[in-house]
Amino acid sequence: MNDDELDRVFKALGDPTRRRIIDRLRERPKQSLFEICALSFADDGAPLSRQAVTQHLDMLQKAGLVRVEWSGRTKLHTLDPGPLREAFGLWLRNHL
Amino acid sequence: MRIYVSSVFVDDQSKALDFYTRLLGFRVKNDVPVGEHRWLTVVSPEDPDGTELLLEPSDHPAVKPYKAALVEDGIPATSFQVDDIDSEYDRLVSLGVSFAREPMDAGPVRMAVLDDTCGNLVQLIQMKGA
Repeated sequence: MNDDELDRVFKALGDPTRRRIIDRLRERPKQSLFEICALSFADDGAPLSRQAVTQHLDMLQKAGLVRVEWSGRTKLHTLDPGPLREAFGLWLRNHL
Repeated sequence: MRIYVSSVFVDDQSKALDFYTRLLGFRVKNDVPVGEHRWLTVVSPEDPDGTELLLEPSDHPAVKPYKAALVEDGIPATSFQVDDIDSEYDRLVSLGVSFAREPMDAGPVRMAVLDDTCGNLVQLIQMKGA
C-alpha cells in the first residue's frame, strides 16, 4: 500500500456516513443499495438518500474497503477489512 | 379520487400471469385483448374488490433500462403485504420462487425480496405486531 492508497483509506474513513456504512456491512455482508438504505433507516431512523449512498460506496470501493459482486443482475456490496489492517500495520501501529 | 390500479412492467404477460396467479396466489380481474397485448389485471383473493395490479407490457424503449437500473440497485418494483412472511417465504421457495433476500427484520417490518421472473424484484412486507 503506497501513500496514495493510504490517503484513500483515511479519506474514506473521514465521514460519519461512510463509517456507518462500514458498520452496517460488517453486520450483514452482500447488501444491495436498496438494502443499505432501507436497513440504515430502519435501524438508525436516519434516512440516507440513494444518491448520497451511491457516492459514499464509490469512495469506499476506490479505497478497497468495499467489494462489489453480482447476484444475477443485482449489485451486492461487502466490506473488505484488508485495507484497514494494512493502514494499521503501515502507520497507525507506530503510534499505538 | 381513488387508486384503483397500480402496475408493474412485465417482460412477458403470459409468464407474468402464471407467476402472479399460480405462484403468488392472486386472481385475474380483467383480461382484455388490446392490440397485440392485453389489459391484464390481478387482485388479491383477500380483497377482490380492492386495488388491481396491472401486468403491463415492457415494450416501451424506456422500460428496459428503467427496470435494469432498479434491479441493479436491488430496488423492488412493487411491494405486497402478508400476514406471516416466514410461512409465505417457505411456501414460495417450495414452489421454486427465487428470493434475492430471505425474510429479515427492518425496523417496524419484516421484509423479503423475490424475483418475479418477469424482470422485477418484488418486496414482501409483514407489519410486526400485526
